[in-house]
Amino acid sequence: MAEFSLPKNSRPVDGKVWPKPQGSNNLKEFRIYRYDPDGESNPRIDTYWVDRDDCGPMVLDAIIWIKSKIDPTLTFRRSCREGICGSCAMNIDGTNTLACTKGMEDIAGAVRIYPLPHMPVIKDLVPDLTRFYAQHASIEPWLHTDSPAPENEWRQSREDREKLDGLYECILCACCSTSCPSYWWNGDRYLGPAALLQAYRWLIDSRDEATGERLDNLEDPFRLYRCHTIMNCANTCPKGLNPAKAIAEIKKMMVARQV
Amino acid sequence: MQRSMETPLKRVRGLGSAHAGTDHFWKQRATALAGIPLTIAFLVIVLSTVGKDFATVKATLAHPLVAILMLLFVLSSVIHMRIGMQVIIEDYVHEEGPKVLLLMLNTFFAIAVGLASAFAILKLAFGA
Repeated sequence: MAEFSLPKNSRPVDGKVWPKPQGSNNLKEFRIYRYDPDGESNPRIDTYWVDRDDCGPMVLDAIIWIKSKIDPTLTFRRSCREGICGSCAMNIDGTNTLACTKGMEDIAGAVRIYPLPHMPVIKDLVPDLTRFYAQHASIEPWLHTDSPAPENEWRQSREDREKLDGLYECILCACCSTSCPSYWWNGDRYLGPAALLQAYRWLIDSRDEATGERLDNLEDPFRLYRCHTIMNCANTCPKGLNPAKAIAEIKKMMVARQV
Repeated sequence: MQRSMETPLKRVRGLGSAHAGTDHFWKQRATALAGIPLTIAFLVIVLSTVGKDFATVKATLAHPLVAILMLLFVLSSVIHMRIGMQVIIEDYVHEEGPKVLLLMLNTFFAIAVGLASAFAILKLAFGA
């Protein structure tokens, strides 16, 4: 059966409450998931207080502040700090999003931070995305052509280029796929919204000559048709994209080549 | 996290694409659409016979239009029910043995319910 509750050794317990910084009355409370792969103990939820007068406005600023000033063992991925690399995707205040573009001010009360849901946790807020990347690779996200290559570039009209808007912006942060219950239950066979959005990006690229083979590769009760239009993907995407619509368009292409 | 020496891509590709699923996707939508007028017709027919005696009900069902609408309702609903239940089983039951068994039982159940309903309608329509 699908797993509806965490195994006993994965259930988070109350963790350490770290001391409040001295000399500030502008504090924000953070409750952060901690997991140490080197020990046998359960994950725990640590409590920290961040001095907002000494810290930038975003959740990423706060966790970097915690790592620098309170607890250097807190582990997370981050790089660009401007919503283009996708590294700092995590579950903040109940929604998957990028820590670098999520303002602390938008969250009432304590800021609760967990790793992306239903993925193996490597440490603290770092999930194992190996399978997620392999799923992206499986849709072969590059141009497929059989015609002899032109002397210069493969040409594309402005109108055809516009069809890629809302698709090419995906940064593969995995917020959408890890928010999808269908991906939670069947992530081993369902490709998930991120990979399918990229699949559609290549399906409608006017320069790509492998549309039929791409559709063949996707036409499967699990790879594509596990999408039940739950729409968590569109709801959670930090870039404002709509993977559910891209998946619906793929289904329409599947029907169009049969009727 | 790696349980074997297979590459992640090898595992994602698995047994390859089944090249199927569009038929079920399309049938589920076609029967959903057909179900709107057919369910209304079914309700109208059933409600119009509430409290009537057996002979009147028989006479109503003996009308070809009524009997055919009832049979279409059963056909459309049973197809829709079977595909819907199959999706739920595939979503939540992951062990191969129980999954295949439940998928078979789902098919048997849909056929049995469909045939029993059709038999009842035809018996009323044609029976003595």
